[in-house]
Amino acid sequence: MLKFDRVFKRYPEGGDALIDISFQLQKAEMVFLTGHSGAGKSTLLKLIAMMERCTRGQLVFEGQNLNHLKEKQIPFVRRQLGLIFQDYKLLYNRTVFDNIALPLVVSGFGYQEIVRRVRAVLEQVGLSGKEKKYPLALSGGEQQRVGIARAVINKPKLILADEPTGNLDPELSDEIMSLFGRFQQVGVTILIASHDYALVEKFHTRVLHLDHGRLVEDWHETERS
Amino acid sequence: MKQSGVKTNNFHQKEYLGRKIKAYGVLHAQALISSLGRLIRNPVNFAMTATVLAVALALAAGFFLLVANVQQFTGALDDSNQISIFLQQHVTEQQGLKLTRKLSENTNISQASFISKHQALDEFKQYSGFGEVLEVMDDNPLPHVIQVLPESISLDDNSINELIINLKKLPEVDFVQMDMVWLKRLQAMIQLANRGVLILSVVLALGILFITGNTIRLELQNSRDEIQIAQLVGATPGFIRRPFLYCGFWYGFIAAAVAWVLVSLMLLLIQQPLDQLTGLYEGQFRVRFFSVKETMMLLMISIGLGVTGAWIVLHRQIQQLKSE
Repeated sequence: MLKFDRVFKRYPEGGDALIDISFQLQKAEMVFLTGHSGAGKSTLLKLIAMMERCTRGQLVFEGQNLNHLKEKQIPFVRRQLGLIFQDYKLLYNRTVFDNIALPLVVSGFGYQEIVRRVRAVLEQVGLSGKEKKYPLALSGGEQQRVGIARAVINKPKLILADEPTGNLDPELSDEIMSLFGRFQQVGVTILIASHDYALVEKFHTRVLHLDHGRLVEDWHETERS
Repeated sequence: MKQSGVKTNNFHQKEYLGRKIKAYGVLHAQALISSLGRLIRNPVNFAMTATVLAVALALAAGFFLLVANVQQFTGALDDSNQISIFLQQHVTEQQGLKLTRKLSENTNISQASFISKHQALDEFKQYSGFGEVLEVMDDNPLPHVIQVLPESISLDDNSINELIINLKKLPEVDFVQMDMVWLKRLQAMIQLANRGVLILSVVLALGILFITGNTIRLELQNSRDEIQIAQLVGATPGFIRRPFLYCGFWYGFIAAAVAWVLVSLMLLLIQQPLDQLTGLYEGQFRVRFFSVKETMMLLMISIGLGVTGAWIVLHRQIQQLKSE
């Protein structure tokens, strides 16, 4: 469902961020993307989310070549993605409900449908009854669950998580990860960028390892025991 | 078989289109309300900007109405090019009537009427209030007069002047006077004032454009996070622009409403002393307020400026936000 074919990304001022990256993700796969900071993890996610465009190579998502995408088609690709950030990127002057509903509002859903879906997803992430609260009244783990709820409410095919547990203690991290596990089970592909090797070790899933912009290792779960 | 397939396809398309239009309406309604909410959340800024805009609008609209009022006043006066020819004292009524007939045949004159000195005296007695004084006089001091109406369509000011010069040359004529010269001058001045209003309006409109633009720019910068997050979850540029365009709409709408009230209040204040003044001249003059059409124009121009100001800024700033 996602394919990188000899992808390069060069910043005019910062040199090569990604060099000759090739890999594929299947439906319902959960994959870690590891590497030191500056290895190109965020850049790779940004390419998929169309926040950046690659310099060379092919990037295909669900049969669409993202290189050929026109500027005005970008929003519609993003609606098939769920983005999760280390700093949650919530709107702090809006309620939990409004934060989670944003992707639906943006896509023009009716109010009733929005309410129904927000309720459902709040239950999924274990935040029922907190929709009227403001993000700052929640703990870090809860805030990240709001971020996850917002990412999944559009029923995305692919979730991109950039250091989702970076600001959380191990216990909360486990909670978040088990949440991802549940989404994987219903057929969502999940790509998690993380430099938390302890966390990665716990899950026997595929790992893509970046080093200075190169994809140096691609372990599948079977190869890892 | 094939046909029914096409039919259902059509049906689905229609349904899809209907849903799309409905969703679009919902989006606009949301933007309309949410943008008002956004403005009200910061009432001091909103009130200050709206007031500045309203004053600028009121200035232009007020001048416009002022000129319109003066125009209405002078418009009520007869603005014909009527010329009065005063005949020499020794000219008899017979000669006067003969001259009148001769003048009516002139192609440049549409109408000529003779007013004898007796008629003139009667009229003068009636209107001037000097009736009793005139009784005392033995002689009628008034001359015979011929009133001439030039062919107004075919004659411009130059040829009217020429006509007057020719009339003056006639031996029976004492002097010739164009009755409404002062009115012509006043009308020229009003035309000048009208031009002034136009120029002032353009300058103020530019001001309004920049004020709304700048206000929306600040608004955009305050909602930078919101815009970026909305873009990341798949908001189209149109979705992001919409609430800000509606902000421009609200600024325009409210500024126009306030300006309307301001100007109407000013005219109300003028009405009373004006009534007193016109009362002294035994005339009556009602101040003209905004007509429905002018009210609509004011609203549309103001809203148009607000939305345009917002649009100009949005076009540039969203491009800039994207590149960050």
